[in-house]
Amino acid sequence: MKRTVFRNRWLPYLLVFPQMAVTLVFFFWPALKSLQLSLYRVSPFGDRMTFVGLDNFTRLFTDAEYYASVVNSFIFAGGVTVIAVAAALGAAALATQRIRGLIAYRTLLLWPYGIAPAVAGIIFLFIFHPAYGILPYFLSFVTSYEFNWLLKGWVAMTLVIVATAWTHFGYNIAFYIAGLLAIPASVLEAADVDGAGPLRRFTAIVFPLVSPITFYLVVLNMVFAFFESFQVIDAVTKGGPGGATEIMVYKLYKDGFIGLNLGSSGAQSVVLMAIVIGLTVLQFRFAEKKVTYS
Amino acid sequence: MRRTLISRKASLQALFLVGALTLLLPAAAFAKTEIHFWHAMTGQLGDAVNELVKEFNGSQSEYEVKPLRKGTYPETLTAAIAAYRQKAAPNIVQVFEVGTQTMLLSGAIVPVYQLMKEQDIKVDWKDFIAPVVGYYSKDGNLYSMPFNSSTPILYYNKDAFRKAGLDPAKPPQTWKQVEEYSKKLIASGAAKCGFSTGWPSWTMVENMHAWHDQPFATRRNGFDGLDAQLLINKEFGVKFIGQLAAWQKDNIYSYGGRQGTADPKFVSGECAMYIQSSALIGGFTKGVKFAWGTGQLPFWGPPYHKATSIIGGATLWVMKGKPAAENRGTALFLKFISDTNQQMWWHVTTGYLAISNSAVKNLEAGYHFKRNPDQFTAFAELTQGKVTPNSQGIRLGNFVQIRDVIEGELENIFAGKKTAKQGLDDAVAKSNELLREFAAQNKP
Repeated sequence: MKRTVFRNRWLPYLLVFPQMAVTLVFFFWPALKSLQLSLYRVSPFGDRMTFVGLDNFTRLFTDAEYYASVVNSFIFAGGVTVIAVAAALGAAALATQRIRGLIAYRTLLLWPYGIAPAVAGIIFLFIFHPAYGILPYFLSFVTSYEFNWLLKGWVAMTLVIVATAWTHFGYNIAFYIAGLLAIPASVLEAADVDGAGPLRRFTAIVFPLVSPITFYLVVLNMVFAFFESFQVIDAVTKGGPGGATEIMVYKLYKDGFIGLNLGSSGAQSVVLMAIVIGLTVLQFRFAEKKVTYS
Repeated sequence: MRRTLISRKASLQALFLVGALTLLLPAAAFAKTEIHFWHAMTGQLGDAVNELVKEFNGSQSEYEVKPLRKGTYPETLTAAIAAYRQKAAPNIVQVFEVGTQTMLLSGAIVPVYQLMKEQDIKVDWKDFIAPVVGYYSKDGNLYSMPFNSSTPILYYNKDAFRKAGLDPAKPPQTWKQVEEYSKKLIASGAAKCGFSTGWPSWTMVENMHAWHDQPFATRRNGFDGLDAQLLINKEFGVKFIGQLAAWQKDNIYSYGGRQGTADPKFVSGECAMYIQSSALIGGFTKGVKFAWGTGQLPFWGPPYHKATSIIGGATLWVMKGKPAAENRGTALFLKFISDTNQQMWWHVTTGYLAISNSAVKNLEAGYHFKRNPDQFTAFAELTQGKVTPNSQGIRLGNFVQIRDVIEGELENIFAGKKTAKQGLDDAVAKSNELLREFAAQNKP
């Protein structure tokens, strides 16, 4: 393994310093402040701060709505990860064949990733809104069932899962295309000669060989779905109807910035951080064993 | 005596300095004191705010008000709080009515009556209309300057009424009539649904209780103490919300989301009637393609008697800790917008209520209401009935979250997931918890 050796003793630290400074100031410091806030009861304007120990946490753990938001978060993250990763793998498999217009397909598949999730949310709003969306309008000619996600929780959840998966799809597919192209053609040809059909080639050769990528993307998508998904939910459902799409990060925002209860919001962000760290550690410990690195 | 030679360089420098000072000094003398005004008005209303500010800035040369739209009402409040904590607060911030209790107990504001006293500016406090003043006063003194107050009214589609065989000059006055008319409208194909609503908690829960003289919360709707509890799950609340849920099944009522997201339902003609803020009059006048009119909120009738509706909208709060020179400018601006002429202009342009009796009298004298009867509907609702303890307003802590809780449970009820009684009971339980938290947070 190649190792980079720096002549100057201080140069490497100097080069890393800007990134470390940004991480410290914009990530660690606010995280520590959140930790501190979670132990206090804070008045909205910040003039009164009373130490209440773990009171904010106990309130959270006795709140049925909080458990609902945790469940929603897992459903949401699971849905987004499965759809975004599986669809990306499928699309990548199709986009690595020798067909005409391949470059065009690949470009179009990657484009949605460039759209800010909030904008994607607005687009989906215009397509799916029960009052002024085009899809419900056309659907009304086909079926009388109202996909009114302003009232039906499962429809709202499906909508935000699909919208979020759509935005992150492009990122996944970029990795998968690279991964699939890296598989030596000789291996696949040998399997073909041995009589393996396309499905068997996929499950026995392709999938294991891209498993490092799959593992990486699953972790990343999960983390993304827990944190970045705020934009889509805020643009489309705002946690409604009746809290059906209220995931942890959205509840945290609502309680902190709209409800002005900074102590509870701090506690929620601490719990959220713990959950995501736990998930990532679990994935590294168990899933990495199944990953075959060449 | 030694002669000191001034070098050419030195004399040039001196000339330059004098020249620069001559140019800068007048500028310094003419620099206007900036007054920062953060608000949440957008679209046509935002334009009106800018017009108003331009008028004020042009009317005098000492102060320049700089309006800035910070986002929605909650976003503006959050921004103001964050700025205040950084000691960079604006001079004036527009806060919606549900933030009143938070602002009153914040210790971050200068009450308006105190500001005017300090600046020795005479304001006729008695001239403001009672329902508006009552909402924002403590111990008889006004704490924030009313700016854009509205109340929910009934909008209806006259063209659709005509098509359904209903008299376009007669909007429904009772809820029974609303049901009857809706059935006719749907049957004749004039509309797909009877009516929809905006701001569901404000219109269907808070205002309906006040309109029918029912208490929204104990302790005089929260005015008398922080230990108030909600009363919306009593007989009237359960009956009314249960009726809405039943109507939702027949499309007589069609729920369209929170805040103003149901506006398209009325504007597109899907629903023939709409209960929303009177502040939409300006926008509807410009944007609605069909003939429309307004009416007062529908009323059940016996055994309830009518009181008044409650105001919504926002007021202007003055932030503490600003320099005295700026406070003078702030006071002058607030005096300006509460003057009769400005009140009349603001009302005519935006549809928001004129908040002083003199403005209303002037408008009446100019036959404004005769020519624009729709703009009188809101006034009628607030001033024709008698203001009772149940209809003078609501003052609760964590009211933003409470509204969110109520609207969440309303959605559960309309979706059929809970009965009206269950949903309202849950809303009351959660809201009372929020009120207890607020009381604990603000223990003196």
